[in-house]
Amino acid sequence: MPAAISGQQAGAAVVRSYLPSYQMEAPRDLAAALDRMAREPGAWQPLAGGTDLMVLLEAGKLPQRRFLSIWKLPELRGIEVTPEHVTLGALTTYTEIQRDEILGREFPLLARAAAETGGIATQNRGTLGGNIANASPAADSPPALLVYDAELELVSAKGARWQRYHGFHAGYKQHALRPDELIRRIRLPRAQRWSTQYYRKVGTRRAQAISKVCFAAAARVDAGRVADVCLALGSVAPTVLRATETEKHLRGDLLTRGVIENAQRMLAREIAPIDDMRSTARYRLRVAQNLLAEFLEMVAH
Amino acid sequence: MREPARKISVRCEVNGKAVTLEDYPMARLLDVLREQLALTGTKEGCGEGECGACSVEMDGALVNSCLIPVLQAEGAKIRTIEGVASDDCLHAVQQAFITHGGAQCGICTPGMILAAVNLLARHPQPTDGEIREGLAGNLCRCTGYMKIFESVVEACRPQSAGSRPERRS
Repeated sequence: MPAAISGQQAGAAVVRSYLPSYQMEAPRDLAAALDRMAREPGAWQPLAGGTDLMVLLEAGKLPQRRFLSIWKLPELRGIEVTPEHVTLGALTTYTEIQRDEILGREFPLLARAAAETGGIATQNRGTLGGNIANASPAADSPPALLVYDAELELVSAKGARWQRYHGFHAGYKQHALRPDELIRRIRLPRAQRWSTQYYRKVGTRRAQAISKVCFAAAARVDAGRVADVCLALGSVAPTVLRATETEKHLRGDLLTRGVIENAQRMLAREIAPIDDMRSTARYRLRVAQNLLAEFLEMVAH
Repeated sequence: MREPARKISVRCEVNGKAVTLEDYPMARLLDVLREQLALTGTKEGCGEGECGACSVEMDGALVNSCLIPVLQAEGAKIRTIEGVASDDCLHAVQQAFITHGGAQCGICTPGMILAAVNLLARHPQPTDGEIREGLAGNLCRCTGYMKIFESVVEACRPQSAGSRPERRS
């Protein structure tokens, strides 16, 4: 019996979606899925673990009507390691990320982000590709992906292309996928040379909260000076972002109090936090600056 | 005007029994379990994947059944709270919840127990931190968290009353 009918029978106010208006198919492999998307570009919304889209369904706020269940596509699964890269299938779950030894050792910020995302049930279903395609500025894994300069393999019936993740989101909830494309894999270059790595998510409570500010960063120090630094933030702008101007200011510098304070001021010009149901612009700005200082003090010592 | 979706048949295994479910593809597994199979032990709390009241195991993994479209249950092995006890013998976690007052209003209890049972299958001797993390996705609106935590600690003890935590391959 569809949920909507049972709600009416119980005399409850029905706000949930009317199930017969939602179609879903499960293509047997990647080629079948891409063929469907090529023939009707934009008509079919991919659905993986459903941890974002199914929430909208229940709230009666799901705009799309036709879905391709990609959860079982074998071509989108698995973690592959070569000397140059660790490559994750788009359907790699947060649980799988946490269990992978190489990711934990070489990409600890990503493992940390996976552990901070939801509870066990969400980590078992939420996928890295879904986190990227959902394009939320408050997502937990994208700041880590920005620090590691991840690349995405985008596939369609016409072929595949690699694109840097940096720059993938042009605006709020936007991404560079074409209507007939899927994210197939996410690739992380292994030649990372960081001496300090940092990930901190600030939310209403320590577990299971959507972030007010998310901060991922890494730095390499050479003879007391910042040889390289990467700063990535979530929930402080329409998209997750790299604070590239602040990074530039820090490169080559000694981390004196003055330099850190100046970096905090520069960061304020690079981010654009807003007031919303989760926090205020003022609080987010202050927290982002404090996290930057905490990170830089850690780098300096 | 697009054609409405048709109901589909989904074959899967629920609590060890092969079943065929008929519903719209986006119907929530939670509703199908409750309404077609009368397995009303699985509760709806928030309906948005935050509270864990609807937790079930799917192919051995803890999931929120409110976020699973029934189409994705095809071929899956599902276990609900009704499948946790074996015959007349309660699972050690269930027994410990009774002994230690782990249930108050009871709405979160099936999900809490499934989360704990699933944790013990992965970590037969969990640390306190692992227990807290294993239950972090399950909210108790009575805020009876300490009793719940103590129940799970008790269930992990080798001399615990009732059956031992099961081991699955």
